[in-house]
Amino acid sequence: MADLFEERAGQAGLTGLMARLRGGVPGGFPGLTALLIGLIALFSLSIPGFASGRTAQAFMFQVPLLGLLSLAMVVPLITGGLNLAIIATTNQCALLMAFIMNALIGPETGGGAAVLAILAALGAGLALAAVIGLVTGALVAYTGVHPILVTLGTKSLIDGISIYLTRGTPISGIPGLYSAAGNATLLGMPMTFLVLVVMTLLVGLILRRTPFGVACAMIGSNIEATRFSAIDTKRVLVGVYLMSSLLCFVAATVMLAIFNSASAEYAQSYLLVTILAAVLGGVDPFGGFGKVTGLMLALTILQVISSGFNQYGLSNYLTLAFWGLTLIGVMAVQTIRPYLTWPRRPG
Amino acid sequence: MPSADKLLQRLRRRPESWLVGVILIVGAFLSAAAPGFLTTANLVDLLESYSVQAVLALGLFVVLVSGGIDISFAATASVAQYLAALMAARLQLPGFACIGAGLLVGTALGCLNATLIHFVRITSIIASIAMMSVTFSLLMYFSGGKSIYNLPDWWTDRIVFWQTEDAAGDLTRITLPVVVMVVAAILTWLMMTRSTVGRQLYALGGNPEAARRVGANIAALHYVAYGFLGFMAALAGLLQAHRVGESVPSAMYGTELAVLSAAVLGGASLSGGIGTVPGVLCGIVLLAMLQNGLNLLGVSSYFFQIVIGLTILISTSITVLSTRSRRRRRNPAGEPAHG
Repeated sequence: MADLFEERAGQAGLTGLMARLRGGVPGGFPGLTALLIGLIALFSLSIPGFASGRTAQAFMFQVPLLGLLSLAMVVPLITGGLNLAIIATTNQCALLMAFIMNALIGPETGGGAAVLAILAALGAGLALAAVIGLVTGALVAYTGVHPILVTLGTKSLIDGISIYLTRGTPISGIPGLYSAAGNATLLGMPMTFLVLVVMTLLVGLILRRTPFGVACAMIGSNIEATRFSAIDTKRVLVGVYLMSSLLCFVAATVMLAIFNSASAEYAQSYLLVTILAAVLGGVDPFGGFGKVTGLMLALTILQVISSGFNQYGLSNYLTLAFWGLTLIGVMAVQTIRPYLTWPRRPG
Repeated sequence: MPSADKLLQRLRRRPESWLVGVILIVGAFLSAAAPGFLTTANLVDLLESYSVQAVLALGLFVVLVSGGIDISFAATASVAQYLAALMAARLQLPGFACIGAGLLVGTALGCLNATLIHFVRITSIIASIAMMSVTFSLLMYFSGGKSIYNLPDWWTDRIVFWQTEDAAGDLTRITLPVVVMVVAAILTWLMMTRSTVGRQLYALGGNPEAARRVGANIAALHYVAYGFLGFMAALAGLLQAHRVGESVPSAMYGTELAVLSAAVLGGASLSGGIGTVPGVLCGIVLLAMLQNGLNLLGVSSYFFQIVIGLTILISTSITVLSTRSRRRRRNPAGEPAHG
């Protein structure tokens, strides 16, 4: 019992906080891991051929877009904010890049010129994402308006511009060179999946090992205290939304490769799923705590549920309903657990 | 004139007074630019087409004041509407039973939200996102996305309370949706300003711990706030089916953000404890005027979303900046005081 007390005291103190900030051990999510193993076992037993290379391949094709968008959501969530404009930003970047590629590359454009045109398109998309991120960040940091409102406004604005300019129709005809590169596989893994892996590692490193990342977690815990500890919270906030937008740009490049077209309407239903995945993965919706590992674990769980239900032949709507129930269930267990493990609460 | 001075000062302190100013400016501009705008017929028409959103916004306003947020109300409205439509069209049940059942379902869904938020301790935005995906997905699954067109006459018949025809032949009609909206607004206003529950809801949103210590029953308040929103959502759902004459399961889906922006535009704070019924109505009026005015001006409807986005950004920034210059804000991070 004595070590239990010590452990609790330690967790409440600064060491506990730092341990949570600097932790990040993949085994740190026993509940989620158990849930994942249970689900895989259930589906493997009931669906012949579920545990196969083909399922894994399909998983690696399906997860990158949602994964990148979830990363873009998690970075502001850790600071206690939210970025509702991620889908809008991604779509606008994809539209701009598709437009530039279409304008510069004709049927008789040579390989070298095509590569240059694609690079130009990527550069323009990156610049657009950076501008959106800087403006959003500046609005959040310098007006003090709640991020839900700011990003609701930017979402509406960006979506509006995209729909106005395209009249809601998709831009298709992405050059073959681009889609070929985007759909190539390396060691049996799709390019897009590798992009997700690299970005996950990068974001994880930034959030966990840099002063910027620690500042993000501190802002999420208590912005006022962070400001008094000589951290320029406004600059950090601008950086957070810039980072979120840049992740949207990466998501846009993946989206172009997957869909071979761009539209203002794509992936709109993913917005709430990214929040769901983040919270399921242990990101505190009030900010301060959250790990990329947990997010990826949660995404894997959601995707396993989705492909399992799919192979049962169940409707997508049931999958979505079950995702919601999973989230409620996980949160309920988190609430009830303290009462189960500590019947006599020390106090 | 000291009294006029004082009045001006009091007006300036009201958050919605600048909104009224904006509405007047936009109204003046639109009536000068679009001749059809400033006619009674057009204005009443405008009111009717935004009545459903207004009822939703009034319900959401109560939850926002209590310090929470709810995204699931559009799904609740759809579920209540569709169940009532099934009872009316398939089972041929009488009107009061269908309406009663619809309202009951909405209230029950709201109370379920309150249970998740209060007793299971899930943050309100997360709980409502989860509930939204559960209820809306189940509705789409069981309905197969099919609409119900054969609604009974008692539901879809226009009910006109008062009408007049002007010299040009334009018909001005006060119809049921407008009356329902006005009654809902008065009831909400009475509840929030003239009852103990209303005061306690403001207290809860302002400082939950203080509200608990002065003896407010937090659990009951949560049930009141979310149950009320559920009730209003169901009412809005029934009203929407009345207006369009059919029940489409996905018709209300996607209005969440527009309603939320109207409520917030009207001065309801996402941090809780702040907001007024007139303010919320002003928010709805401004959005309605902008959409209608742009239509009359012949601006593409695609453009409307850009205008909404700019309006939200500019108005919220102005509100926060102007309140900040007057007094130090209670909660600088602007985080919700309670989930």
